[in-house]
Amino acid sequence: MASGIKDKVAILGMGCSKFGERWNDNAEDLMVEAYAEALEDSGIETSQIEAAWLGTAIEEQHVGKSGIPLAMALRLPYIPVTRVENFCASGTEAFRGAVYAVASGACDIALALGVEKLKDTGYGGLPQRGRGSVNDLFWANASAPGSFAQLATAYSAKHKIPAEDLKRAMAHVSVKSHDNGSRNPKAHLRNKIDEDKVMNAPMIAEPLGLFDCCGVSDGAACAIVTRPDIARGLGKKDLVTVKALQLAVSNGTESQHNSWDGSYFATTRKAAERSYQEAGITKPRDQISMFEVHDCFSITEVITMEDLYISSEGAAVKDIMDGFYDADGKVPCQIDGGLKCFGHPIGASGLRMIYEMYLQMNGRAGERQREQDPVLGMTHNLGGYPHQNVSSITIVGKEGA
Amino acid sequence: MALGILAIGGYLPKARLQRTDIANANAWFNPALKGLAKGERTMANWDEDTVTMAVEAGRDCLTGIDRNIVAGIYMASTSFPFQDRQNAGIVADALNLSTRIQTLDISSSQRAGSSALLTALQSVHSAEGPILVSASEKRRTRAASPLELTTGDGAAAVLVGEGEPVARYIGGHTEAVDFVDHFRGEGEAFDYSWEERWVRDEGYMKIAPNAINNLLDKVGVSAQDIDRFCFPVAMRRAASGLARKIGIAENAVADNLQSNCGETGSAHSLVLLVHALEQAKPGEKILVAGFGQGCDVLLFEATEAIKTAGDRLAISGHLANGRPENRYTRYLSFNNLLTMERGIRAEVDKQTGLSTLYRNKGMSQKLLGGQCSECGTCQFPKSKICVNPDCGAIDSQADEPFADKAAKLNSYTADRLTYSPDPPTYFGMVQFAGGGRMMSDLTDIDPDIELEVGISMRMVFRVKDYDMLRGFRRYFWKATPQNDTH
Repeated sequence: MASGIKDKVAILGMGCSKFGERWNDNAEDLMVEAYAEALEDSGIETSQIEAAWLGTAIEEQHVGKSGIPLAMALRLPYIPVTRVENFCASGTEAFRGAVYAVASGACDIALALGVEKLKDTGYGGLPQRGRGSVNDLFWANASAPGSFAQLATAYSAKHKIPAEDLKRAMAHVSVKSHDNGSRNPKAHLRNKIDEDKVMNAPMIAEPLGLFDCCGVSDGAACAIVTRPDIARGLGKKDLVTVKALQLAVSNGTESQHNSWDGSYFATTRKAAERSYQEAGITKPRDQISMFEVHDCFSITEVITMEDLYISSEGAAVKDIMDGFYDADGKVPCQIDGGLKCFGHPIGASGLRMIYEMYLQMNGRAGERQREQDPVLGMTHNLGGYPHQNVSSITIVGKEGA
Repeated sequence: MALGILAIGGYLPKARLQRTDIANANAWFNPALKGLAKGERTMANWDEDTVTMAVEAGRDCLTGIDRNIVAGIYMASTSFPFQDRQNAGIVADALNLSTRIQTLDISSSQRAGSSALLTALQSVHSAEGPILVSASEKRRTRAASPLELTTGDGAAAVLVGEGEPVARYIGGHTEAVDFVDHFRGEGEAFDYSWEERWVRDEGYMKIAPNAINNLLDKVGVSAQDIDRFCFPVAMRRAASGLARKIGIAENAVADNLQSNCGETGSAHSLVLLVHALEQAKPGEKILVAGFGQGCDVLLFEATEAIKTAGDRLAISGHLANGRPENRYTRYLSFNNLLTMERGIRAEVDKQTGLSTLYRNKGMSQKLLGGQCSECGTCQFPKSKICVNPDCGAIDSQADEPFADKAAKLNSYTADRLTYSPDPPTYFGMVQFAGGGRMMSDLTDIDPDIELEVGISMRMVFRVKDYDMLRGFRRYFWKATPQNDTH
């Protein structure tokens, strides 16, 4: 039995660019903005980084292929640099690469950086592209909101929750993220909204309206990781360590086998089960201090809270309406504004979530700092479509927790 | 054993464009169009063309018939999507017919449909089985033209061969006369037409009687014995004037379907024939003509088997299955008669790798999935390793046709973000009885009827993407609510 990643790797430094419509910046500028902050936070020099991972999903839109764009932007000294892509989990995949490298002992200090420069397409929403020459022959003409919208119809039908009640809970999710985003200077969207505005917004893909969908943003986020003993040797105290890193990838069961009912994420459930085991967590609803989940759409957050075993199946609507996940609730979810308002530069998002956990655990989250000291934080990414996706989970926490 | 029509089928698109909407929109330009502004015409969806309509008519015609017996497909049209790629071959693939068949496209005249039928009847004795004759038309017409009001989109199919026909073939005749009432030159999108009165007096009233009388003489049948006379032209009273001239009883003149369909070009002789056969009683004689640079005429006699010939949608079922369409600009846009702002999302390159298509055409054109010989699980698409999590057998799957399986809708959405020529894009998870599912495009969704999880769906062959850069189009199957079509 593998011993898992728990407490083998610590975060030495993190950085995150401002997310948003960065009309006057190239992807390289965003990378350096996140990196400069992480480097200063870590207290090391570029020459001490021994390996790096670049996470970016839609590279045709900005940096192009390979690890070279990262090496060039950061002027890395001829070290191994690998580009990884796994849809919206690309940032978390970069982090996993760096953490595993350190944990294996192959290197002492490694870097993970995620970036996406999406606002160069000439239109709103994610870039529309081919999906592969064979897939284009038979895949439905689906957008991201259209695919995720179907969770709502299947979930409503399964749990007999009236569409109106579900839509109200979805609206609460978005209102909460806007509230939280308003207190985050790096967030893309910082305006507050109310439920009526969400309910009455133009439809994007039924039942998802404009405010049920996250923004498409430019941005970058960066982590520098090392072993806990090295971090302490460099003068770091109150370390934040990695407790679990899990990834589950659809194998076609949901899309081709009639055993999946369309109302939940089969991948997220598997990744969550393994994460709790790896981190030694037995009662996640009581033990996890805060969540950053992949709220690409409001319905995704609703259902994910069940798939992570925090709300029981069919009960997320009640927890959400009770304020359980609000910034001042029992376990806040998206306290930084989430994908919805912090923004969603795809390759950066996983690292942005870890960045928020790291700030909160260090008491550096400013106006949105939780009063209660967070101990364990869980981040979650979901890439692809509900019927065919990758789901990644990271748990970080205070060393020894 | 007798030679004749073994089975009939038809297809008309669901949308029925109201002629008053066409005339009202164009009244400022040509007020005379108001004279044609009665009734409705069939209007193909954006993802329909003559190939997809021929497939539907073919499926209807082959209801309950073993497709392996079909020895040929003759497809007639003057609006084929491909100039050089056999259109009948695409239809054969979509119908999942054997490759051991003769396929043939017949074109270049409004009588292409009747000529295809005549040719099939003349040649089927030397074929290895019956021939499916399919005629399909989706003619482009200029905005504010009379043709825009009088034509319609549609298809019909008949299976021709020796056996127990629903209508026995008595005989046929052709008069070939290069009478140019209209033409469409090379590279031209639209017809160029001459004066209607000349077409009527010198064409219909002189060439057709000659052809009909020659046939009647040849087979020894008198005009009074004709029970149903199908003359497939839109012009009012043309058929009745002809009947009077020839001596065919007035009540034998078949409705030309101007009020509820429109004239479907080279398909119209077969559309009218199928419609007549749906109503015919045993012993009735049916005379069908096709007019265009001369005139084809064919004579049939309904047999006892005619009583069950109409146990399918055919033309009547589709006529009853319409949905009024009042949005004239939607029609203009679907037919590229209006330059719409499609947005940057529409610029995505839709190139199809021809090798990719060929390698995968069982999946994409025939809708073949797989069935595992180890555990029996059906899946789409077929794959090397069985999808059943409890099986996982390798190379265990046999081809499994999905096109005619009953299906249900598991989840759906109306997507307004992704580009579609007809927003919103409807798609959803469609689950097949007996196993297998696919996230499928949905089509022919009635905007006034709410979709629901669990409703019955049926798969239809449609255009998936148009490659505007290269003039190619790729086909695939989509799901449509079953209660609307069957």
